Amino acid sequence: MKSESGPPVEAMIDSVSPASNAEVDDPIVFEQILRQQASREQRRDRMRRTARQVVVLAVFVCLLGLAYSLYKVVGTSIDDAQSSWPVIGSILPESDDLKMPPLPDIISGIFDEPRGTNEPFWLIVGKEAAFTLREAAVGFAIGVVVGLSIAIVLTTSGRLERALVPHVIASQTIPLIAIAPIIVIWGRKSFDFLPFEWQDWMSVSIIATYLTFFPVTINGLRGLQSPRPENLELMDSYAARWIQTLWRLRLPASLPYLFAAFKIAATASVVGAIVGEISAGVKGGLGRRVLLEAQRYTTGPERLYVAVLGAAALGIFVFAAISSIEYALVGRKGRQTVT
Amino acid sequence: MTAARALLHSWLPPVVAAVVILGGWEVLLAVIRPDGFVLPPPSDIGGAAIENFDAIVGATGVTGFIIVTGLIAGVVVGAAFAVLVTAFRAANETLTPLAVAVNAVPIIALAPIFNAWFGLLSPRSNQAVVVVLVFFPIFINTARGLTQVEPSQVELMESYGAGRWRIMREVRIPNAMPFFFTALKLATSLAVIAAIVAEYFGGRQDALGNLITNSAGLTRYNDAWAAVLAGSLVGIGLYALAVLIERLVMPWYFVARRSA
Amino acid sequence: MNGASPAASASSAAGAPPATGAQPPAVEVRGASKIFNLGRHNEVKALADIDLLIDQGDFVTLIGPSGCGKSTLLRLIAALVAPSDGTVAVNGKAADAARLDRDYSMVFQRAGLFEWRNVTRNIELPLELMGWKAADRRRRSAEMLELVKLTEFARHHPAELSGGMQQRIAIARAMSFHPQLLLMDEPFGALDEMTREHMQNELLRIWSETQITVVFVTHSIAEAVFLSTKVAVMSPRPGRIAAVIDNDLGPRTDATRDDPAFFANVTAVRDALRGGHRR
Repeated sequence: MKSESGPPVEAMIDSVSPASNAEVDDPIVFEQILRQQASREQRRDRMRRTARQVVVLAVFVCLLGLAYSLYKVVGTSIDDAQSSWPVIGSILPESDDLKMPPLPDIISGIFDEPRGTNEPFWLIVGKEAAFTLREAAVGFAIGVVVGLSIAIVLTTSGRLERALVPHVIASQTIPLIAIAPIIVIWGRKSFDFLPFEWQDWMSVSIIATYLTFFPVTINGLRGLQSPRPENLELMDSYAARWIQTLWRLRLPASLPYLFAAFKIAATASVVGAIVGEISAGVKGGLGRRVLLEAQRYTTGPERLYVAVLGAAALGIFVFAAISSIEYALVGRKGRQTVT
Repeated sequence: MTAARALLHSWLPPVVAAVVILGGWEVLLAVIRPDGFVLPPPSDIGGAAIENFDAIVGATGVTGFIIVTGLIAGVVVGAAFAVLVTAFRAANETLTPLAVAVNAVPIIALAPIFNAWFGLLSPRSNQAVVVVLVFFPIFINTARGLTQVEPSQVELMESYGAGRWRIMREVRIPNAMPFFFTALKLATSLAVIAAIVAEYFGGRQDALGNLITNSAGLTRYNDAWAAVLAGSLVGIGLYALAVLIERLVMPWYFVARRSA
Repeated sequence: MNGASPAASASSAAGAPPATGAQPPAVEVRGASKIFNLGRHNEVKALADIDLLIDQGDFVTLIGPSGCGKSTLLRLIAALVAPSDGTVAVNGKAADAARLDRDYSMVFQRAGLFEWRNVTRNIELPLELMGWKAADRRRRSAEMLELVKLTEFARHHPAELSGGMQQRIAIARAMSFHPQLLLMDEPFGALDEMTREHMQNELLRIWSETQITVVFVTHSIAEAVFLSTKVAVMSPRPGRIAAVIDNDLGPRTDATRDDPAFFANVTAVRDALRGGHRR
C-alpha cells in the first residue's frame, strides 16, 4: 500500500528522540515496571480474600447452628411471654422440638436411612439435587440464549428498546411459577414435533427459563451498550460490519455485565426448578422432596430441615460455579467485574 | 410542547408494543384455535376477571397485605442493616460477601420451615418468606452503594473533621440511593412471587396463591390466568410506586443523567 | 472573511511544491457545513463554510477553542459524520468510499484499546476485520510493535499498561494496515506534559519513517507548532477555519522547543486564535 523506501530521514529520527534509543531510559516503560508490581499485589490480595470468605462462610454456618440451639434454650420463656401479648400475638417462632428439632437430630437426620430405604438420607437428597440441577441447568442455558438474543435485538434500535423493555420488566411480575401445572399440561401437548419424548421435568426447565432470561436481557442490554463511543467510532472507521462490531466489541465488552447476570440467573433457575417441581407435582427432584417432607413433617421434622439445607447447598453450589467461571474468563487479565 | 413530545417519545412505543402483542396473541389464537386453552386469549382472561371480580379482589387484598407488609419490613431491615454494617470496615468486609453467598440460597424453600415455626395457617410465615427474600438484594445493593464512594469525597469530609456518621449521612447515603432504588424495584416483583409461591405451602386459604392453584387444578385456566393477572397488577403497581418515590427522592440524579 | 480564502491560503501558502501531479490531495473539503439536530429545538450549527486542502505527506493540525468543531471536522473527513452541505473527499474519493476502502485510520483521545485483547491482538484488530490470514497478521503486528518500540509488551493486557503506552499501542493499531492517512483526535490530551512531549517525538519519528499524511486535532498551541507542517486555526460559533499558518521549522529536535522560530510561530497561532475569538 505504502512505499517502504523512505526519504533520508535517519538524521531526523536520531535527533528527535535520543531517549528512545535505549529502552531502559524510556520513561513510559519505566513507569510500566511500577504498575506491574501493583497489579501483582492486587492479585495476591484477591486470593487471600477468597480464602477468607470460605472461612467466614464456615464460621457463619456454625454460628447459625449455635444461635438456633441457644434460641431453643430460651425459646420456652419467649413462647410464654408472647402468649400474654394482647394484640400483636407471637412474632418470634415457637421452639418446641416438633417445630424446631434439636440440632443433633438434624445432623443425625443427614446420615440416617429413612424407613423403607437402604440409603443414607444425604445420598437420596444428593441424587434429587442432581435431578433438580439438570432442570435448572437446561432452563439456565435456554434462558441465557433467549435473554441474550432479546438483548441483541433490542440493541439494534432505540425505539424497539423503549417499546419492549417495560414489557420485559412487567413480564417478571407475572408469577409464572404459580401456574406451573398449566405449563406441564401445555408441555405434554405442545412438543410432539421434537425428536425426543417430552418429559415433565422439561416443563419445569421452561419455568426456570422464564426466571433466567430476565436478568440476562437487562444486564446484556447494559453490557452491549457499554462500549465507549470512541470504540464504536473506531469500528465504524474500519468500516466494520454490524456482526463484526457485535462479535468483536459489543459481546466481549458485555461479558462482565453478563456474568453478573449469570450469577443471578443461575440462582433464579434453581428457585424456578424447585418451585416448579413443587407446584407442578413433578417427581424426582429436590422440590418434590421438600414438599413431601413438609407433608409428613410430624413423623420426621429433621428430614425437612435436611432437604432445605440440600436446596441451600445447591443454590450456593451453582453460584460458586458461575463465579469460578467468571474469574477464569474475565477476573484475571486485570478486567473489572461489574456488580 | 417539548414536554408533551418527551412524554410521547417515552410512552408511545411501549403502548404500541402492548397493543401489538395483545392483538397478535388474540388474533393468533383465533386463527389456530389450539385445544386445551392452556393460554387463553386476552379477551377470555378479561371475561374471567370480570366474572370472578369479587373473589379475585378479595384474594388480592389478602395477598397484597402480605406483600406490602413483608416488603416494607424487608426493605427497612435490609437498608438499616446495610448502614450499620458499612459503618464498620471489618464488619462490612466479612458480612457483605457472606450475604452475597447466602443470597444464592433458594429462600422460597424455607417456606415449609417457616410454616412449622409460625403455624400452618398463619400469614406470618408467608410474610417471613417475603421479608427474607427482600432483605438480601436490598442489603447487598445498599451496602455496595454505601461503600463504592468517591474516596476524595470521604477525604474532603475528613478534612472538615467530620465523623463516621456525618460522612455516612452526607456522602455514603446519598451515593447509595441509586443502588437502593435499583434493589427496591427488583424487590417489588420478588415480593409478589414470594408471597404467591409461599401460599402454596400454607397460610390463609382465601389468598391469591390458592386461588391460582385451585383454579388450575380444576382446569379453569381462564380463572387461573385472571388471578395471575391480579398478582401482576400488584407487582406493576408497586414497581411504579418505587419509580415514583425514586423520582421524588433523588431529582438530582435524573437531572444529572439527562444532561449527560 | 468568506469561506474560500482560508482554503486558498492553505494550498498557496504550502511553500513546498504540490504533490506529484498524479496523486490527488489527501483531503479536500469544499464548502462543508454541519448542523446537528436540524429542525429540532436543540439545533446546533457546528461547522460553516469549511474549505480545506491537505496534500499527501502533510502533517496538519486543527486547533481552536472548545466548541469550534475541530473534532467534528475530523469526523467529517472520517465519514463518521455526514456533512449537512458541501463535499468531503479523501484521496480523490468521496469520504465514505475512502472509509470503506480503509484509506485512513483514527486515533482518539482515549486509547480505546479492547481490554479483553492483549497488545498483539489489539494491534491486529483492523487486520482481522479486513480478513487477513493469521500468519500475515502476526508478522505485521510484530513489525508494528517494533515501530512503537514495545515488542516486549506483546502479550500484556491494556489494563497492565500506562496511559502513554496504551496510546502508543493505539497508534500501532492505527498504522497496522498501512493506511495513507492518520486522523488523530487530541491523542495526547489525557497525558501528562512529560509523557506528552515524549509521545510527540515518537509520533514525528513514525511520521517521517512512513511518510503518512496526518490530520491532528489539538488544543495545545505548542503541540500544534511543534508537530505540524501547517496549522489550521479554527474559530467557534459556528466553527470556521480562520487561518492556515505555514509552519516550516525543519527537522524537529528537543532544541526546537526553545527555538526563536518556534516561538514566533506559537505567537502567530495565538494571534490567529485571538482574532478568531473577537469575531
